[in-house]
Amino acid sequence: MALSSAPAAVDAPIRTEDLRKVYGHGRDAVVAVDGLDLEVTRGEFFGLLGPNGAGKSTTIGMLTTTVVPTSGRAFTAGNDVRRSPAAVKRRIGVVSQSNTLDRSLTVRENLYYHGRFFGVPRRQARRRADALLEQFALVDRADAMVFELSGGLAQRLMIARALVHEPEVLFLDEPTSGIDPQTRINLWGILNDLHRAGQTILLTTHYMEEADRLCDRLVIIDHGRALALGTPQELKRTLGADTVITLTVEGDPAPLVDEARRLEGVRSAEREDDVLRVLAPRAEGVLAKLVSAAAANGLHVRDASSQPPSLETVFLTLTGREYRE
Amino acid sequence: MSDTANTFLALLARDLRVLRRQFGQFLVRTIMQPLLFVFVFAYVFPKIGQGFRGGANGVSFTTVLVPGLIAVAINFQGIQAVALPLVQEFSFSKEIEDRVLAPVPVWMVGFEKIVAGALQSLIAAAVVFPIVYLVHAHGASPTVHIHDVALFVPALLFSCVLAAALGLFIGTVIDPRKITLLFAVVVIPLTFLGCVYYPWARLSPVLWLKYVVLLNPLVYMTEALRASLTPELPHMPVWGFMLALVGGSAGLTLVALRTFSRRVVT
Repeated sequence: MALSSAPAAVDAPIRTEDLRKVYGHGRDAVVAVDGLDLEVTRGEFFGLLGPNGAGKSTTIGMLTTTVVPTSGRAFTAGNDVRRSPAAVKRRIGVVSQSNTLDRSLTVRENLYYHGRFFGVPRRQARRRADALLEQFALVDRADAMVFELSGGLAQRLMIARALVHEPEVLFLDEPTSGIDPQTRINLWGILNDLHRAGQTILLTTHYMEEADRLCDRLVIIDHGRALALGTPQELKRTLGADTVITLTVEGDPAPLVDEARRLEGVRSAEREDDVLRVLAPRAEGVLAKLVSAAAANGLHVRDASSQPPSLETVFLTLTGREYRE
Repeated sequence: MSDTANTFLALLARDLRVLRRQFGQFLVRTIMQPLLFVFVFAYVFPKIGQGFRGGANGVSFTTVLVPGLIAVAINFQGIQAVALPLVQEFSFSKEIEDRVLAPVPVWMVGFEKIVAGALQSLIAAAVVFPIVYLVHAHGASPTVHIHDVALFVPALLFSCVLAAALGLFIGTVIDPRKITLLFAVVVIPLTFLGCVYYPWARLSPVLWLKYVVLLNPLVYMTEALRASLTPELPHMPVWGFMLALVGGSAGLTLVALRTFSRRVVT
């Protein structure tokens, strides 16, 4: 069997081989992750991008040992997640989607006891807690009980807590879902700083912009499968177009699709409801021709725009459907 | 010391820190019920001439009550200290998601909860003892003495472990939305049918009940304490309650650790 020859430990911070997770049995079985192969290198900021229900949290669950894979293998911080879960846990920091702070403790105690759980000696745990309070601007609230914290502060404390024991890999599961834009931008700054300091980070997000801004490389997943993997730039380049032209008309833009495809340089043209989306090397000429073609077909143009391709366009091209955050 | 032992002790230290912070609450919830109980039944009742004749041979009702109420405190505290926080952590607080990431096997996180719960049961027993011993009307004083330390210590310790294991089991299987039923369906029936207010041996006139209550873990706690503290009263044979306490502690611990692991790792 091929898998039996796989090593018990690997060097990459994260590696998965044909990783699968199926919940339930028989007719009720739901395939959450379906044959995922990933490899994250040391110091990399890696993103797992996909709409809700794509399998991101299940993947993170398997990599952090709280979800048992149905088949395939996963190695985190060099250890097999199924064979040595405690060794994996010792080397990772996890910021989960929900607020999992210890409500019975103060801000400082959350950091201190977390360090103690991970074998950090008392005095060192205290010093580490103080340093992190400073770094994350939580000094003023050090002795507050955590249930008094606002959402943004709780978030910061969760990240600080995940760093107390200096983990090899930091996992963040949708850290910015449901927080206000200001807090989100602050958080991006914090994550960028950690990345610059050499921290290996795996982030899941359903925000395209976030993945684009933060990640060195990312994998787009949907229905538990990897659709594309690469740097944000590489992924956008795969479209072979430098611009995305979007035309919104009153009525059915179907007749425009063929005309658009005949235009010089156009890579592809698709319609979804009343929107025509055209990938082209440039907007000049093409946009004007599309608008006049619309007029010739008696279609009133409500909106026309051209933009550089985004990860959203990549997702749309790969799946043929809108990305719904 | 091994990394695993270090983590285990740190988890325990965290629980004791929280207990220290909430000690006032702990005292109130531990003391209220037994205090009111002895106040009404051991003080008010004799005063107003409404009497109970508890045990055989003219033994006062307060003598029956002392081991019973200590056992209730142990049992109640074990369930309360383990099950209630766990139910919260599983439902809205989600703290458990972080706790199971502590670098030890998942079962050990559950086991630590049993140890911490057993400790709280032990403290509860120590707190309740002077109250149930001292609060009574003149002439209604209980006859209590530890007549066999070698029996008393294991009886007490295994009662505490059994109560905490029961707490972990309940906490992992109960639907958080039905937690309000915990008292009506579990705690109150266990207490009233736990041979707290009457020795087990005296149930013979209601024979079916005498056997049905053997399903109740509290029965073995009360009988074990009765045999250790008030041996003048009739009680279950030592082998009977020790077998149930030790076997029950081991069995329920194993089952609860399984239900716990299944709940947190999918």
